[in-house]
Amino acid sequence: MSNEWPLWEVFIRGQHGLSHRHVGSLHASDAEHAIRNARDVYTRRKEGISIWVVPASSIAASSPDEKGALYDPADDKVYRHPTFFDIPDDVGAM
Amino acid sequence: MSVQGLIRLGDNTLILGQRLSEWCGHGPALEEDIALANTALDLIGQTQLWLGLAAERSGNGQTADTLAYHRDAWDFRNLLLVEQPNKDFAVTMMRQFLFDTWHYEMLNALTDHIDPEISAIAQKSVKEVTYHRERSTDTVIALGDGTDESHTRMQTALDRLWPYVGEMFSADEDDLMDMAALRPKFDVHLSETLQESTLTQPESDFFHQGGKTGARHSEHLGHMLATMQVLPRSYPDAKW
Repeated sequence: MSNEWPLWEVFIRGQHGLSHRHVGSLHASDAEHAIRNARDVYTRRKEGISIWVVPASSIAASSPDEKGALYDPADDKVYRHPTFFDIPDDVGAM
Repeated sequence: MSVQGLIRLGDNTLILGQRLSEWCGHGPALEEDIALANTALDLIGQTQLWLGLAAERSGNGQTADTLAYHRDAWDFRNLLLVEQPNKDFAVTMMRQFLFDTWHYEMLNALTDHIDPEISAIAQKSVKEVTYHRERSTDTVIALGDGTDESHTRMQTALDRLWPYVGEMFSADEDDLMDMAALRPKFDVHLSETLQESTLTQPESDFFHQGGKTGARHSEHLGHMLATMQVLPRSYPDAKW
């Protein structure tokens, strides 16, 4: 049994209109404590306007072993990118 | 009159900020270490404002820096509470909680001060101190209502620091406001927090005096100032 506080993953929204981004992790005793610690560790330099914390144990991740089956089949399917259309110059950057 | 009152506020934040910065690199957890350093920096920032205004008002060529680094212990006007040594994390956080609870009510009252510069500094500071108070209150509750050891340490810390609470509410004409009037609100937050943290409020109403008047600082202040002031006193014209 470890004496460490549980691990939390921290997500910060940098500004209105952007989505929360993962910025790192920290230890805290509960969710409220984790928010306060995230405020002190990750938003000292005005990095954010909103904080999410998630127990690291609640995150399900894909396994590196399944890389081939999960991602390789997309390699030869370039037609899934919408790159075969002529886009008028007036549309600008897409 | 108001210059002494400004110096009192600036000395409180300076001395407590310096005390907290002693934890830098020694916190019990990385997250708490950073949080203490953040609080210390907030307090030093507030010091620049209070002592800066005090220096300007005194009109004798002083600056915030000369006030901070070229006065001796008997010229300081901080509360005895803030010069008390850090000891363990329990004493540090209990000292912070007691100070934050007073500081928050005091700054809130000062936001309505008739002097616009004093009101402006209070308005800026109270946002930081609102967070300080939340954080130290939560820590007192978590450790008071925690394990047997953390509870014992927090109660010991409270008993040790209790004789320094009364000075925060001792009033004289040098203060920028009536400090005694803050006591009822202080007591409400204190008793709510202590109840939740299962700690027992000491009954004695004896308190040490002499910090805010400069008459009787504890021996701890001189040692702290020696460390804090050695560089600018050894190299008076040093520039960053």
